[in-house]
Amino acid sequence: MRKMMLVVCLLLGPAVGASAQAGGTVLLNAAGATFPYPMYSKWFDVYHQQHPNIQINYQSIGSGGGIRQVLAGTVDFGASDGPMTDDQIKEFKEKRGIDILHFPTVLGADVPSYNIPGVTGELNFTQKAIAGIFLGTITKWNDPEIVNASKGVNLPNADIIVVHRSDGSGTTYIWTDFLSKISDEWRNKVGKGTSVNWPVGLGGKGNEGVSGLVKQTPNSIGYVELIYAVQNKIPYGKVQNSAGKFVKADLAGVTAAAAAVKDMPEDFRVSITNPPGASVYPVSSFTWLLIPAQISDAVKRDAIKDFLKWMLKDGQTFAEGLSYAELPKPVIAKESKAISLIQ
Amino acid sequence: MRMSAGATTMNRAAPPQSGPRTLVRRLRDGDEIAHLITLCFSASILLITGLLVIELWKTSHLSRAQFGWAFFWTRVWDPIFDKFGAAPFIYGTLITSIVALLIAVPTGLAAAIFLSELAPRKISDTISFLIDLLAAVPSVIYGLLGIFIVVPLVRTWLGPLLIHTVGYVPIIGKLFRGPNYGVGFFTAGIVLAIMVVPFIISVSREVLLTVPRDQREAAMALGATRWESTWQVVVPWARAGILGSVFLGLARSLGETMAVTMVIGNDPKISESLLAPGYTIAAVIANEFTEATGDLYLSSLIELGLVLFLMTFILNGLARILIVATERGGGHPA
Repeated sequence: MRKMMLVVCLLLGPAVGASAQAGGTVLLNAAGATFPYPMYSKWFDVYHQQHPNIQINYQSIGSGGGIRQVLAGTVDFGASDGPMTDDQIKEFKEKRGIDILHFPTVLGADVPSYNIPGVTGELNFTQKAIAGIFLGTITKWNDPEIVNASKGVNLPNADIIVVHRSDGSGTTYIWTDFLSKISDEWRNKVGKGTSVNWPVGLGGKGNEGVSGLVKQTPNSIGYVELIYAVQNKIPYGKVQNSAGKFVKADLAGVTAAAAAVKDMPEDFRVSITNPPGASVYPVSSFTWLLIPAQISDAVKRDAIKDFLKWMLKDGQTFAEGLSYAELPKPVIAKESKAISLIQ
Repeated sequence: MRMSAGATTMNRAAPPQSGPRTLVRRLRDGDEIAHLITLCFSASILLITGLLVIELWKTSHLSRAQFGWAFFWTRVWDPIFDKFGAAPFIYGTLITSIVALLIAVPTGLAAAIFLSELAPRKISDTISFLIDLLAAVPSVIYGLLGIFIVVPLVRTWLGPLLIHTVGYVPIIGKLFRGPNYGVGFFTAGIVLAIMVVPFIISVSREVLLTVPRDQREAAMALGATRWESTWQVVVPWARAGILGSVFLGLARSLGETMAVTMVIGNDPKISESLLAPGYTIAAVIANEFTEATGDLYLSSLIELGLVLFLMTFILNGLARILIVATERGGGHPA
């Protein structure tokens, strides 16, 4: 029933939007990334309660879909786990004659989860070890690169089985972005993206698919979203950061990684994997809202700007409850200024 | 029932020649109206198929222009460097379906023979009811069954067993060598077989039941045993219908998405070993479509859809030819 009403709303959306604006109700349509969907749906719901005249419909169709919908102009704004490429921004400008703005909302991180029978101790992964395992050059669990970093853990002479995501996802984007930064071979051979041509391994669908395969398959390793690991109490290992320290992922470490970015670019399209700093967790990323720089409908424009202000202030307080990492203070300040770019 | 005979049923929908009856009369009797309505519905199927092909052809334009025929035999699938080929997916789709049919056809046919020829009517009807229920179970449930039961079974028991027995046989041994992860072509084939068997049993049983009683009685009167009458008279009589059920099963296994992607390992590689992970066309489309950002990437995924359409089209064509051939070869239409 609710689905049907949603469909009806979507169909009537433009008409109702137009007629209802006189009555003071604004309907905004948005689509994109699935990873921040729980956060966004909470935000849009609370925001609607506080501003009954503004309703935001968000469809979690995936980052790729979000970017395509924004390019096609079928939604008021989009959302993506990876920033738009220069080509896509150019395409947007050619099509619509205006710029597209990126607004970071929250942060996510990936953690390595593994299953080695008989091993209960926590493993430390050097950057070389992670790159080697996922490139297929390190094939045994008792490889010196892994053993030397995890003293006191008795690792077996068993083949490593790599598990990755089979569906295109922001989680994969973060993981491959990290691998591209720590390994030249990875950057040149595989690259970064929401889906890549994996040198080795099995594919599982979704976080649940990867963690399910890891849980079932002895001697396997995979990467999952931090939130997913925390909520499902999946054990995971520490990852070496650029300062050489082994850090276990938590929300504070992820926010620290975002704060460690010294020169945040004006358009916020920044990768924060492997930043400098001793306490930062190195495998994390922003997730972005994609908002056109010019919105001709004044009512919609004001609604979007007001929502952004609310999201940066009140919205951030909900993040921790849903296991998302909050934006660091300097980023919030910089974004608050950028809101005025929406004309 | 006669899925394969859609064309003949359509011909039968033509109105009977009504001689002196006037148009008004025929309209009043409803013949013309019925004719028109049924014609519209059957035409709509052609229309939908046509639109589907046109849409797939149009939207896969970029990829066809870029890769041409090489798309069919290119073995790389790399969204980052924009290099796409369908070979591993075509291979995976065919291999899993073949494994599924190799398991499902003997099992399904044997079960159908038991239910139609040997079992008491009451038991037969009860079991058939349950089998029809199985055919309606959503595929994600079969996928879960695969993950929790078939995958561990293949990894810990069936896989090692095959490696240590069949694996030593010269030529077919190659199919069961190398690492055994539990997920792969073989596991996907087993899960597909479980999904397809209810179709084969249900349809074959119905076909076997339509074989006239006198056929059996005649065979027995000539001194045939019950088994001889079943295998040499009843089954050949129903041959076309049984083949129809097999191709119905094949169609389901070619297009199966969810259950396959949960147990095949999702690795676009062509491997000799059935225990190796692979990928199918339907699975890769479901997995990558939502996050396909590049135009060429999206277009290649759509071309994969076109390839799958082509494959089912060709295989169904072969099925028709096979059915016609067996009917000529002395079998009787069911």
